[in-house]
Amino acid sequence: MAGTGEGKKEEADYKRLHSFPLIRHTDMPEEMRVETMELCVTACEKYATNNESAAKMIKESMDKKFGSSWHVVIGEGFGFEVTHEVKNLLYMFFGGSLAVCVWKCS
Amino acid sequence: MTKVPNNNAAAYAKKKAPGTKSTKAPSKKKDDEEAVEIADGWDEWTNGKALIKPPDQVVLTEAELKEEVTRILTANNPHAPENIVRYSFKERSFKPISAVDQMAVHFVLEGSLVYQDSDDSRSLKDKKGPPEENTADDTKAESDEETKPQASPAEDGGDVEDACKEDRPDSAASKADEKGPKLTNKFNFSERASQTLNNPLREKSCQTEPPPRSIFSAMANQWEIYDAYHKELQKQEKNKEKQKAPCSKKDDDKSKKKDMWLETLSDDVITNLSKATKIIERMVNQNTFDDIAQDFKYFEDESDKFRDEEGTLLPLWKFQHDKAKKLSVTALCWNSKYQDMFAVGMGSYDFSNQGHGMVAFYTLKNPSYPEYIYATNSSVLCLDIHEQHSFLVAVGFYDGCVAVYNLKETGAEPVYKSTAKTGKHTDPVWQVCWQNDDMDNNHNFYSVSSDGRVVSWTLVKNELVYTDIIRLSVVSDGPEGAQPHSFTCGTSFDFHKQIDYLFLVGTEEGKIHKCSKTYSSQFLETYDAHSMAVDAVKWNHYHPNVFISCSSDMTVRLWDHTINTPLFTFDLNAAVGDVAWSPYSSTVFAAVTTNGRVHVFDLSINKYEAVCQQVVVAKKNKLTHIRFNPIHPIIILGDDRGYVTSLKLSPNLRKQPKLKKGQELPKGPEVEVAKMEKLLSLLREPEQSSI
Repeated sequence: MAGTGEGKKEEADYKRLHSFPLIRHTDMPEEMRVETMELCVTACEKYATNNESAAKMIKESMDKKFGSSWHVVIGEGFGFEVTHEVKNLLYMFFGGSLAVCVWKCS
Repeated sequence: MTKVPNNNAAAYAKKKAPGTKSTKAPSKKKDDEEAVEIADGWDEWTNGKALIKPPDQVVLTEAELKEEVTRILTANNPHAPENIVRYSFKERSFKPISAVDQMAVHFVLEGSLVYQDSDDSRSLKDKKGPPEENTADDTKAESDEETKPQASPAEDGGDVEDACKEDRPDSAASKADEKGPKLTNKFNFSERASQTLNNPLREKSCQTEPPPRSIFSAMANQWEIYDAYHKELQKQEKNKEKQKAPCSKKDDDKSKKKDMWLETLSDDVITNLSKATKIIERMVNQNTFDDIAQDFKYFEDESDKFRDEEGTLLPLWKFQHDKAKKLSVTALCWNSKYQDMFAVGMGSYDFSNQGHGMVAFYTLKNPSYPEYIYATNSSVLCLDIHEQHSFLVAVGFYDGCVAVYNLKETGAEPVYKSTAKTGKHTDPVWQVCWQNDDMDNNHNFYSVSSDGRVVSWTLVKNELVYTDIIRLSVVSDGPEGAQPHSFTCGTSFDFHKQIDYLFLVGTEEGKIHKCSKTYSSQFLETYDAHSMAVDAVKWNHYHPNVFISCSSDMTVRLWDHTINTPLFTFDLNAAVGDVAWSPYSSTVFAAVTTNGRVHVFDLSINKYEAVCQQVVVAKKNKLTHIRFNPIHPIIILGDDRGYVTSLKLSPNLRKQPKLKKGQELPKGPEVEVAKMEKLLSLLREPEQSSI
């Protein structure tokens, strides 16, 4: 980066460009995936500053819709290794800096 | 031990007991009484209900039904006998006994009460200590005592009571023994117990499979997220570009095609591999036989310069296949298209030792292993490679079959084969020869066999069609004339190079017939050529009139087909297996003999002696065939051990007519013809002069 101005501009550009949800890994069926993704987007936008609330919202909604024992992790940096029921995992990035992992395991 | 009867039972018994004479056990009596009672109660009980009448019920009139029947209840036992008599010794006569026992015992229950002051209770108290078995014994003893009197009919009620009591010797009374004075039941206690059947318990369980699980792990941090987005964006941009450019789709298709191509390639990896291995094999062979290859290409025997006329043969490669070790080489043929390649037919000439055969194709580039191998059931005796279509190989077998192999086809079987139905020869086929395509452009070849037929075979679609060209009937040489049905055996033939219809057939008895394809019944000429079977007959490559023949009678003869007698006769001192004209000179030919020698003649140099006579194989081996390579100055020889030897002709053996300096070297067939003509004229002149 040449200068701070440019950097800022790039940052803005980045924010603008990278706001869409990007699914990194999923094994959900199409319908479920879309729904889950939309739910995550909604939750993350609603609780933009509070990841915990967002995660809570996602978990509760998922429990209602797809049966109990869903787990949600939202954060900017984390590592994980989870055991999940197949066809019930979604790992996505959102908003350029958030990683969301939703999985079911009862 | 309790002997005390139930009080109630005792009282009851006393009421009915007097005068009872019944010998029945009280319990039985009780049953009878009960039955009576049940019968009495029956009417009342069934009142108001539909009666089920037995079929044999007595039908009574109304009046009869209404008739009152009085019944008086008496204490008499209705079942008791009324007319018992007993002999009286006193009066010496039978006397009826008036007092019959009317008592019936309905119920007996033992009591367990004992008077405290009675002897029994005392004895009970005494016996608290001693073991129970004693008591049991006592009871038994007592029961024995008391059953006896029971049998006697005139027994009073007390005894009966005793008997009743004895029915259950080990009930509460015996229990009383254990519990001492306290245990007696004061209230006529009776203990009843029953046990219902418990259903057996069964276990049933099932387990469902847990939903399948898997493990997923990842790392999320800022740079990874950033990279992921970056990649995605780039991808999107690319997609956009692709959508913009319509040709991009074609590119896709192309790449797909490429993929497909690659797939098909991978499918025949084996063929690719075989090609590669073939190249490697040849490289290895080239390395190992490098010196021979060098000799083949460059070596010219310097010593020829010092020898006037004679030449030598330089052995080059030896071709041999393990599976063909015991077979002898029966046919050789150069491939006209690939000059380094030749076919070898293998089998056996010995009729007592016939077995399998083989056709092998060798190339000079790989002397260690044949390019193609076809194993056959019968000995191969001859073969010919088609001149234009060098993948077609006609083969003649010992069993009389002819077949055509196609080298392009994979598989060990010939593409065409004659059968008994399609006119196969009945005797060994000694020679086959491809002909020019017929008018329908069908490939065809001729064969000659010991059965005396010369047959033309035409390859039509997927079968061999045969036409008999000529039958070699015995030529009449006696006064009786020819026997119409006897045929001579053809052993060899050759077709004239220029005149299409003309061909020669050598026979087993040494005659050579000049025949025409158009006349099937007669010969144009018959030469009394040899005294033994004609092994080979060959037209000269250049001169249209000259042919050569060889035979087992150790001679090679040169002929002019217009003259009945041989022009030259060469005695080679051994049976001659084969003879071949050289392709480069009209006057050079070579013959092989069974003593392992090759004789190369150049008539332009020496009309009487061979310019080269050389033993080229081990002493015991017999040479069977010889062929000149059409281009290179080499010959191949086959022997009876399955070996094929290639030899290079030294410069003297292929010497051109001496050049005069400055004069252009004349070349071409005309020169060769002239050379031969010159030779012939030399021969004729003395003849003419002699005439």
